[in-house]
Amino acid sequence: MKTIESIQGKTIPLNRADVDTDQIMPKQFLKRIERSGYGPFAFYEWRKEESFVLNDSNYTGAPIMLAQQNFGCGSSREHAVWGLEDIGVQAILAPSFADIFRNNCSKVGLLTIVLDQSDIDYLMSRAEELPDSQVRIDLSSQTVKLEGSDWQRSFEIDPFVKHRLLNGLDDIGITMQYEDEISNYESSRSSKKPDTSSAFEDTMKVG
Amino acid sequence: MDVKKTIIEKIWEQHIVRSHTGEPDLLYIDLHLVHEVTSPQAFEALRLTDRPVRRPDLTLATVDHNVPTQGRDLPNPDPLSTKQIETMQKNAAEFGIPLWDIFDTRQGVVHIIAPEHGLTQPGMTIVCGDSHTSTHGAFGSLAFGIGTSEVEHVLATQTLPQVPPETMSVEVTGSLSPGVTSKDVILAIIRRMGVDGGVGRVIEYRGELIESLSMEARMTVCNMTIEAGARAGLIAPDEVTFEYLKGRSMAPQGEAWDAAVKDWSSLKTDNGAEFDHSIVLNGSEIEPHVTWGTTPAQSVPISGRVPGPEDFTTAAGKETAERALTYMDLESGQRIEDINIDRVFIGSCTNGRIEDLREAASVLKGKRISETVKAMVVPGSGPVKIQAEAEGLDSIFKNAGFEWRDPGCSMCLGMNPDILLPGERSASTSNRNFEGRQGAGGRTHLVSPTMAAAAAVAGHFVDIREI
Ligand code: SF4
Repeated sequence: MKTIESIQGKTIPLNRADVDTDQIMPKQFLKRIERSGYGPFAFYEWRKEESFVLNDSNYTGAPIMLAQQNFGCGSSREHAVWGLEDIGVQAILAPSFADIFRNNCSKVGLLTIVLDQSDIDYLMSRAEELPDSQVRIDLSSQTVKLEGSDWQRSFEIDPFVKHRLLNGLDDIGITMQYEDEISNYESSRSSKKPDTSSAFEDTMKVG
Repeated sequence: MDVKKTIIEKIWEQHIVRSHTGEPDLLYIDLHLVHEVTSPQAFEALRLTDRPVRRPDLTLATVDHNVPTQGRDLPNPDPLSTKQIETMQKNAAEFGIPLWDIFDTRQGVVHIIAPEHGLTQPGMTIVCGDSHTSTHGAFGSLAFGIGTSEVEHVLATQTLPQVPPETMSVEVTGSLSPGVTSKDVILAIIRRMGVDGGVGRVIEYRGELIESLSMEARMTVCNMTIEAGARAGLIAPDEVTFEYLKGRSMAPQGEAWDAAVKDWSSLKTDNGAEFDHSIVLNGSEIEPHVTWGTTPAQSVPISGRVPGPEDFTTAAGKETAERALTYMDLESGQRIEDINIDRVFIGSCTNGRIEDLREAASVLKGKRISETVKAMVVPGSGPVKIQAEAEGLDSIFKNAGFEWRDPGCSMCLGMNPDILLPGERSASTSNRNFEGRQGAGGRTHLVSPTMAAAAAVAGHFVDIREI
């Protein structure tokens, strides 16, 4: 995973609430077994609407997305995050996010930032009126700043996620350092718990 | 005095591998379910990093999202689906994971197959690269959906770093009124909580009405927990749970059974334990529900009317309602019973189990569906299909004009040819009515199996209590 320190650039005002991952990455594109190349399919249906914000060349290449509450709800498909990553989104600012989506973002290295509704509404209207407005996010100091103005806010982030993003650390690599703890847990784990070895057998008994 | 704990905290604590201030807890995962859509990139990453699957014996795979539900013995016309199914086969073989493959009688929707063989048991931690993993919570297990990076993490380490959730009690008092099902109960709960009311939380469903539900009905409730944004939802194991599990092939047998029941019985929330949040619903007041919009929270009782922007107080609420009405091509104030439908889908991990099919069949017995409706039943798994055929339910469906298909996710998400055409309107027993979920431009109304069956006959929604 690459490291994130600061992100600066234009913002895309996606002014809709409860945007679900079926919209971000429709199912027909989940058949691919590759990990990259999802950008062209992001918001596939909505992009057919001429007025959709991603069709506005003013926002092309913007690294920051502004969204409304409960962004990323629904299906767990990480393909949604891969699609956003592929169109160049590095951070998303919203009043709230769905849990699985936010988790997926943190694994992929996309920063999700929760700001108050009024702050999101302010940034949203700025981006709509002045698409060239620049926002700067600084991860170490946990601040979001609207360049060329006094507007600045601090944000919360899970300290562990921050540490991983700042250092570009692979989660699995971290967990693998705890091999002893995992083995210890396994040796004291109840033998009564089910396993799936019988699933290899070619028999079926139900009920 | 002992600290009083909720079932959520008990299961959590029993699975902590490592706990360190400033870090998420590292949780051990008892069961990892895998399907063809969210796993290919995870296996590929293992290959690239030369990591094995740590516990293939705690892993089970199937193919469900992509599989055709008819003509399986013919070549699959969709090369991408074929490739994804073959990739699952190749990965399972290479990494030593059991796979209930497309021609295995045990194949089916991932959240249906584990419970029906007794593999889902109380007190377990269960994950799957699928948001409806919450279904397994019906057995008193902590079960939640994860993304593909996490799938890779679990395959490699059998653990997951997780931040402890907030706990929430959702108590449903009273009893089910005639014609009302657990699907209506969960739709009513989601309507009350909103689609993000559960974010960051794990729910324990409790109360008289919940306790009165069968295991299958409990699975329907827990299944849709994610639609209220919660990470997981569970129900404390009780006699109903034990009765369901007893004798199933992967459940403990003999002496091990008695010991297991004793352990499981200790899981329930201690009297006096506190939840971070709680709500109470009067279950006796719940009516059959129909969704009118494009989120599962946008539902009303069948006796109601389609709401309009004027029914919402905030500007955002008005706008969301307006957008939903436009997409759904409905008018504010329209009676729900006046909405005509084109398609009916009975199936999915929400309502594709044997009891669901029995209930739908009981409405259809001796009847024909409307000439304007195309309808299909997709059993949730091979065993459900076999059982239904043994009971003659397939004939009832077929005689009524339904298509009788092979198991899979099918029109719940339309990754196979089972999709709505643009503008088509469905009554569906699945769990999501998002824009385009069942096919681009398709319009989905979520209902219970009996309401879906009744709508198929009438060609529009009807109040199941009046037939
Ligand atoms: S039936 Fe629907 S909700 Fe359930 S696993 Fe399949 S696609 Fe997901």
